[in-house]
Amino acid sequence: MSDTITGAASSGDAKKISSISEVVIRIAGNSQDGIQAIGGFLARLAGRSEQEVMTFMTIPATISGGASIFQVRMGSGEVLSSGDEADVLLAFYQHSYENHVTSLKKGGIVMYDSDHVEPKEEWKKDYHHLGIPISGLTVEAIGGTAKDKGKNIFALGLIAKMFDLNVPKLEKLIGERFTGKDPSILNNALAAFHAGHANPLGNVLETFKFVDAQKKDGNQVVMNGNEALGYGLIAAGVRFGAGYPITPWTDIMELLRRELPKYGGTFIQTEDEIAAISMAIGGSYAGRVAVTGSSGPGISLKTEALGWAVMAEMPLVIVDVQRGGPSTGMPTNIEQSDLNIAVNGGHGDSPRVVIAPANVEDCFYMAIEAVNIARKYSVPVIILTDQGIATRIEAFVEPNLEKVCQDISPDFTPVADHKPYDLSKPDGITTHLAPGTKINSGKYPIATGLEHDELGHPTGSPKLHMQMTAKRRKKLQALGNSLPVPKIYGPPEGNVLLVGWGSTEGPIKEAVDRARAAGDSVSSVHIRHINPLPPGLENIFSGFNHVLVVEMNDEGLYGFGQLGAILRARYCDPKIQGINKTDGLTWKVKEILERAKTNMSAGLRKL
Amino acid sequence: MSQTLIEKPPGNLAVVNAPAPVTGERKGLTKKEVAADHPTWCPGCGDFSVLALYFKLIEKRKMLHEKITTIAGIGCSSRFPYFVQAHGAHYIHGRALPFASGISLSRPDLHVFVFGGDGDAFSIGGNHFTHTARKNIKLTYCVMDNWVYGLTKKQTSPTSPLGFKSKTDQWGAVDYPINPMKQAISAGATFVARTTSTNPNHVLQMMEAAMDHDGFSFIECLSECVEFYEGAFDASNPRKGGVFNEVPKTHDVTDELAAYKLAGEAFPGSFGIFYKVNKPTKNAKEAEINKSFQSKVTGLKDWQILQKNFDRMK
Repeated sequence: MSDTITGAASSGDAKKISSISEVVIRIAGNSQDGIQAIGGFLARLAGRSEQEVMTFMTIPATISGGASIFQVRMGSGEVLSSGDEADVLLAFYQHSYENHVTSLKKGGIVMYDSDHVEPKEEWKKDYHHLGIPISGLTVEAIGGTAKDKGKNIFALGLIAKMFDLNVPKLEKLIGERFTGKDPSILNNALAAFHAGHANPLGNVLETFKFVDAQKKDGNQVVMNGNEALGYGLIAAGVRFGAGYPITPWTDIMELLRRELPKYGGTFIQTEDEIAAISMAIGGSYAGRVAVTGSSGPGISLKTEALGWAVMAEMPLVIVDVQRGGPSTGMPTNIEQSDLNIAVNGGHGDSPRVVIAPANVEDCFYMAIEAVNIARKYSVPVIILTDQGIATRIEAFVEPNLEKVCQDISPDFTPVADHKPYDLSKPDGITTHLAPGTKINSGKYPIATGLEHDELGHPTGSPKLHMQMTAKRRKKLQALGNSLPVPKIYGPPEGNVLLVGWGSTEGPIKEAVDRARAAGDSVSSVHIRHINPLPPGLENIFSGFNHVLVVEMNDEGLYGFGQLGAILRARYCDPKIQGINKTDGLTWKVKEILERAKTNMSAGLRKL
Repeated sequence: MSQTLIEKPPGNLAVVNAPAPVTGERKGLTKKEVAADHPTWCPGCGDFSVLALYFKLIEKRKMLHEKITTIAGIGCSSRFPYFVQAHGAHYIHGRALPFASGISLSRPDLHVFVFGGDGDAFSIGGNHFTHTARKNIKLTYCVMDNWVYGLTKKQTSPTSPLGFKSKTDQWGAVDYPINPMKQAISAGATFVARTTSTNPNHVLQMMEAAMDHDGFSFIECLSECVEFYEGAFDASNPRKGGVFNEVPKTHDVTDELAAYKLAGEAFPGSFGIFYKVNKPTKNAKEAEINKSFQSKVTGLKDWQILQKNFDRMK
């Protein structure tokens, strides 16, 4: 919360009203308390108020119960990350209070349920404490046998009061959330909300009001990365897919299973990961690019079939929502450690495309891009997202769906003759005919995993293996040449260039902003196309003294993270160094800056 | 998107709209038109007979080149698609069924035939066999069972009988073999038949019945490996002094327990349809789901359907 401006006190209330441009609220409780729901309401409200919003949550890997947090950062200006420190902590239990109070900035407000939390003297001087018997007041407001169910909505009322949030809009959101259920549930929710909102907020000396947001072009939509990716695939024209449940990929699979039937499509839950990719490849072979997906361990299982799709040159989209690995690892934590398997996983020389969306909006558009690359180059495309982006809620400008949605139905026009693996084709790009297409010559091709001739029939010819291997490589080189040069954030020349990929874009940009504000010469570049790499990176790197690759994975045996190692190999540039971490949590802005400084002061020790 | 579906069994799924129907009657294909590469099998291999009868089936039923999809995994018998002049795919070991399911579930206009061997079906692909059967996905699966791994030159297969001397069990197989018929029945396959490559008329009869079945149809076809398991099936071949017993006329093909009993007979056992019931296919069930969802969005373009979701996320 910055820029405190004293506003006029409202009538009959001695509290000061401060004008703010953004706030970070952390809600801590147990996973069954519905704290994600409060966060969801706030995020959606921000979207409807043309504000920017970004959320971050942790969920325990247990089925029910366990500590959970939801952090919302909302504001009138650009919001790039979910925030390093919170302005307000809402703590439901003693453990929530004790574990999270230090996530507040000094002078921040801790609002706690005094029915469950005993505040500690040593923290009272640093943080403003506000105890409200949330559980008791919720029971009082709702009455009956609801116990303290609904205390999350009561707490939402408290937050709405504290930040002067738009009550009619929130009531409408609550109404939408509980429609179709027993009307008493909605009435109870509204009762809890109003009771919270009517609370005088005890000893809090000031409340807050957001400055007006900048007008956005068009409406905003609010969703998380998994939703954006799933809807992006639908917009891209994907109508068939198959998958096996695994966190955090499962949400996408559930969405497609639920939504595709409306479009005449279907998504199949298969017996295992291998069947899932195989069925999706079968769907692609039948004429329309299909999708499968998974998270870490499931991707490992899929790699043999992925090799077939590379060899047979079959278009396919594979989503990998990364989590902490290896093996079962940290299923609900964030890590970017599947880049190696995405780029290289599998036996033999098996070039494929790997792309990585940088934020929630990007998930939507890159899903479409993945489908189009798969079709154009007849190649499997892996979309690398991660647990962070999958569950993070952001608001973004609503896409023009009429323009964006595409029909990718196959063309069954009979052809005179057809050689799918035609070696004379420019850039070595294969085209397949869907079964059902008549070939007038009477010569039909076979899609195959064996090395083959131009018709797909097996061959042991060394010459053909060399030609076909080169063909599968060349088409990706052609794709690489056609990619846009990444944009530099900040000046194109300077001391330090931070390089990122995937969900870390926001914190990296914010680190650049903060460093520049402090007078340091820092820029950043975000790589969205991982394999093949986009052109022009060597020129970008040449403008800086230090190139630091920021990744959420291990620094590896030789001191470089997974993208870092590829960039080192590709550009042979000793300026390239890594900033890596494996704590399973999103980057904090100050972490990036501190690590960059340490790296600088240590000199180029890894030369 | 406005093309009419042809040969669309009622209630089957159509994720991809099929090509427009061909106008005018086309003649059935000749063996010459449907044969592709010369088979790479050893002389005398039982698989030749299965291939010849597949050609005969295509010819007899006047199937069109472009409407046939022949899918296989890995193994001697799985080279099948290369020998058929039609659309087809040679997929990876054990996974031909899910691949073929992907085709079946999006293209009701195609005949989907899957060919494979006992290793492909019951060892590496065992899980897929069970689940494709229980889901009752419309396709025909013909397993050419030779009781041995032939492509890798004589290792024990999941159907090798106890005591069979292979390179991986030089003193004789010790693992109890799988009974493919029992496996299929208990997994919920809706068409389960057994035949042998040495009785061509019977093979064709089973292929036709399997093709006409609306659901997952499974044929176990004994097919001798003359190189690594010579004489394995002599007891079922009258020309070699064996007996070819057809399933008794009194057998009720809808009686699961009776079918299971037939499956338990000592070799050579019976040949014919053991089990056949009509149950809605997964294809039909998914089509039902689609119908009910689509009735709520009648007249809307795809982007308008998506727009409704986006409107709720504002």
